[in-house]
Amino acid sequence: MSEATTMTETAQAAADAPVVLEAIHLRKHYSVKRGMFKGHATVRALDGVSFQLQAGKTLAVVGESGCGKSTLARSVTMIEPPTSGQLLYDGRDVVGRSAADLKELRRTVQMVFQNPYGSLNPRKTVGAILAEPLVVNTDLPKTERRARALAMMAKVGLRADQIDRYPHMFSGGQRQRIAIARALMLNPRVVVADEPVSALDVSIQAQVLNLMMDLQEELKLAYLFISHDLSVVRHIADDVMVMYLGRPVEHGSKDVLFSRPRHPYTRILLAATPRVNPELRAERVVPKGELPSPLNPPPGCPFHRRCPHARENCAVDVPALREVDQRLVACHYAEEME
Amino acid sequence: MPLLDIQNLSVEFTTRAGTFRAVDGIDLAVDEGEVVGIVGESGSGKSVTSLAVMGLIPSPGRVVADRLSFAGRDLRALSASQRRKITGKDVAMVFQEPMTSLNPCFTVGFQIMETLKVHEGLSGKALKRRTIELLEQVGIPAPESRLSAFPHQLSGGMNQRVMIAIAIACNPRLLIADEPTTALDVTIQKQIIDLLIQLQKDRGMALILITHDMGVVAETAHRVVVMYAGQKVEERRAADLFARPQHPYTGALLDALPERALGKSRLPTIPGVVPGIGDRPHGCLFNPRCRFARTDCRDLRPPLFPDPEGQARCYYPLGGDMWGAPE
Repeated sequence: MSEATTMTETAQAAADAPVVLEAIHLRKHYSVKRGMFKGHATVRALDGVSFQLQAGKTLAVVGESGCGKSTLARSVTMIEPPTSGQLLYDGRDVVGRSAADLKELRRTVQMVFQNPYGSLNPRKTVGAILAEPLVVNTDLPKTERRARALAMMAKVGLRADQIDRYPHMFSGGQRQRIAIARALMLNPRVVVADEPVSALDVSIQAQVLNLMMDLQEELKLAYLFISHDLSVVRHIADDVMVMYLGRPVEHGSKDVLFSRPRHPYTRILLAATPRVNPELRAERVVPKGELPSPLNPPPGCPFHRRCPHARENCAVDVPALREVDQRLVACHYAEEME
Repeated sequence: MPLLDIQNLSVEFTTRAGTFRAVDGIDLAVDEGEVVGIVGESGSGKSVTSLAVMGLIPSPGRVVADRLSFAGRDLRALSASQRRKITGKDVAMVFQEPMTSLNPCFTVGFQIMETLKVHEGLSGKALKRRTIELLEQVGIPAPESRLSAFPHQLSGGMNQRVMIAIAIACNPRLLIADEPTTALDVTIQKQIIDLLIQLQKDRGMALILITHDMGVVAETAHRVVVMYAGQKVEERRAADLFARPQHPYTGALLDALPERALGKSRLPTIPGVVPGIGDRPHGCLFNPRCRFARTDCRDLRPPLFPDPEGQARCYYPLGGDMWGAPE
């Protein structure tokens, strides 16, 4: 019964929440050298990704290493401009803007990285780490910067007396709190979190996930949550996009995707997730092989060589992303996947 | 008689801040063909326990035990060279990070052959044939052409397969896998775990699986040991542990899993962190983080109490059934 209420609430909120970020056919291609006498090759790290992100919502991006998750994060955070496509923040396109405009726009999107041991400068105190975004982006005086750092520490559950400590004096979970606090210093509207809990122990992971959900509620943050852990995604996400070789293969609301996955790859990912409860374990579909090299993607459906349901035309025709049963899916036989 | 028999194993490191017991009086018995999971947070002493079995504790670490025997032989009584004959042959280990545990300067073929040369005395064609056979067994496609590949030319999953090939090269009777899949994707994780279980079944090998992934342990282990701050806090059959955990720490770890929190918006957490070198609490080591701690938990350190299904280091075990328990 409680589930039904949350469902209607979700539907209600979805109708109201403004779209903060929209990506339309985002592409990022890299040109790489293959050797002294060989020509250049093109890696299509991101090959036509579209999505909308609403305030207060979480879109989870799921896939194996090499599927383009991190490239997507780099494009969305404007670290690298996309090769083609549009990226709209509040309806304003960021592609092709001047450096001054970009600097202003970048404040609306911040990032939390996977490894809190590597993403914090070991030679700076927490206070200095948190004040740095303000030094770079604002004219606030020093006392005000410190006051804001203290306020943010309270918000993420760190004590005020810890402000002059260095990162090595904190545990992994506390460091990830610092990293989250740093991302929020400029009041962003979008936070891109690249595997924010995969380096943490179960108990600490739960604390950080709870904190992220609390902050999202309080500040109406939109999360782009990149993860390969489907049980975490199931807990935190509103929408899920499954990516394979730079393309979305299935994209829809969490409830639809987890209860009735229609792309064979989504089904394999779900089956491969180890479960504690024996009743939840799916039949053992062992995934075949590994992600093919993005330098040399297979013809037709990029997944066909690993797909248990592949047929002849899968090796020839590229499946388009189309709507089937309340979600977008790129599979010729999505209707048959029950 | 168990294959590996450890009684009252402690590992101490003496530092300027004082003596630190990373492992504190562990008993562990592993039978032939058995899969034992060791779980716990970082800093609970899981890896140090396995390194002690392998004889890989570096100075100034000190290993003390009442009994440390493998296949009836007392490992403490062996000389360093005798011990090396067992390590890597009868007892082998797979480490967490395949990218850092393989030598980047040598081909994977060379690194597998090294083990076979040292322990089995193979050479020439026989050596090469056996190496290719091993790569085939761990599911590496086109094994002949991979012999001359360097680790950086292979993916993480392939490198972990190479690590497993090295570990099983001499048909070990006990394989210790320390977080073998933590650095890998779920699909590859599944392949590697299935491979380890297949090898374990085919060869009747004993397997110690160290991980913090409860799902992996629940799906593979026969028996599970839960460690906390260097101590064993609970041990029982896997199915029983996940259905009816008795120690509050085990219960709290399971509650914190997103998988168990379906429908709830916030996950139950365990406050605080594993106590480190200077802040071991008085009484039960878990009491500052325990929801159920009472006065005697703060004063007395509980021993392991046996119960019908296993043992738990707690005065007030949880009781009850996790799956059937009312919310």
